[in-house]
This record gives sequence, structure tokens and C-alpha cells, in this order.
Amino acid sequence: MQAILFYIFAALTLAGAIGVVASRNIVRAAVQLLLALLGVAALYFLLGAEFLAAVQLVIYVGGTLVLIIFGVMLTARASQKLLNPSRGEQIAGLVSAVVLLVALIASIVTTRFPDQPAPLGRYSLQALGQDLLGDYLLPFELASLLLLAVMIGAAYLAKKRPHAKGEV
Amino acid sequence: MIGLTHFLILAAILFVCGLLTVLTKRHAIGILMGVELMLNAANINLVAFNHYSAGDRLDGQVFALFVIVIAAAEAAVALAIFLNFYNNFGSVDVERANELRG
Repeated sequence: MQAILFYIFAALTLAGAIGVVASRNIVRAAVQLLLALLGVAALYFLLGAEFLAAVQLVIYVGGTLVLIIFGVMLTARASQKLLNPSRGEQIAGLVSAVVLLVALIASIVTTRFPDQPAPLGRYSLQALGQDLLGDYLLPFELASLLLLAVMIGAAYLAKKRPHAKGEV
Repeated sequence: MIGLTHFLILAAILFVCGLLTVLTKRHAIGILMGVELMLNAANINLVAFNHYSAGDRLDGQVFALFVIVIAAAEAAVALAIFLNFYNNFGSVDVERANELRG
């Protein structure tokens, strides 16, 4: 059962990812990215990380992806045709990507990894909360600081300035 | 039986897809999508390692959580920069972002 679910979700994720690579239309690529992110969220469920799956759905699918689609719509006048890669760029990218993929898969296959999940003694959500406000309290607070800085910085950057062109 | 290897290979393919997107797209937002794919691949690795070998610890999940938070922040700043770029140049072609070249 777990194997069937894994293959279904893996196929969903990879279909989305390959769609993002192959799509010539940026709006279609965004929709394919949605598919890939949903697949990853489902894989988190399979890996026993329910909270992370929910966070993935809320923040990635509900936040980041909506932001990206807004960005696509706000820059919609940009010509699509000019932005497609040339044949040479495609081949160079494909070659380096395949080389990296072969190297990664070779090193994964030749290493022995544990096949059985390690049993978790504690309830995962409770343990995650305790870790976040215990061992990881400082990074947790720093993340909130970062988000505040990003909020102010992004709002300032995206503000429309009347004479931006002359100042460049 | 699905072992750690399955998840690692899946994440490797996902990462390579993201890399290929970053390498071949000239649309700035397309590149951002590729970066998101790569971050997701890294996250799958973190969570899978946590699930299969960490015992009682949840460090992998906590790391993945921070990666998601910082990816969201990065996307917000990146889109703000792209909007500025688009307002100045009327295009989101990264090839045209060469005014700071020395």
C-alpha cells in the first residue's frame, strides 16, 4: 500500500517538475509547479511529517505560489517568445543536468542506507513544537525577525517611484 | 518496500529538474520556480533522512520548516526586485539585467 502511494505521489511530483522545465508558457509552468508542490506535500504525509505537509500546503501552495502567479500577472506584458532558450542553451543545460543526475544517482545507489523507518518515540507534532521552542528557539526568533525585515524590504522595493527611470 | 534510496533518487531527479529550469529559462520568474523546485528537493531529503535514521530526534523536520519559511521570504523579495526590474526595463528577461556589469 505504501509503495503504491509512493509511486503515485512520486509520479505526480515528477510530472509537475518536468512540466515546469518543459513548459514554454510561464502560466502553465506555474500550474505545473502547483502539481509538484502538492506531490511533495503528499510525500511528507508518507514520511510521517503531517505538520510539515500542512505547512507545505499553506505556505508554499497558498502563499509562495500565489505570490509567483501575482508576479506573472503583473509582468504579463513581457513578451513570451523572446524568453525561450536557444537550442545551444538547451543542450548545454541538458548535458550538465544529466551529468549531475548520473553522479547523484550513482552515489545514492552505491551507499547503503537503512531500509526500515526509525521508530519515533514521541508524538511527532508535539515533539516538533517542543523542539521549535526548545533547542531551536533562537533560529525560531531570528526567522520572525527575518520575516519582518522581508516584509518591510519587499514593500519598499515594490513601491512605485515616479522617476525611477531617470535615476538608474 | 520503500526505503530511503527511493526518496533520495526522487529528490535527485527533482533537484535536477530545478537546476535545468534555472539553467535554461530566461524568464526571471521561471528561474524563481526552478529555485523553488530545488529547495523542495532538499526538503524531501531532510525529511526522508529524519524519518529513516534519526531515531527520537526531529531535527530534519525542523530544518525543513526553516527552509520553507526562508523560501517564502526569498520569493517575496525576489518578486519585489523583479517588479522593479520590470518597471524599469519593461521586460523580465534576465539577459537584460547587465547594467552593473564591470
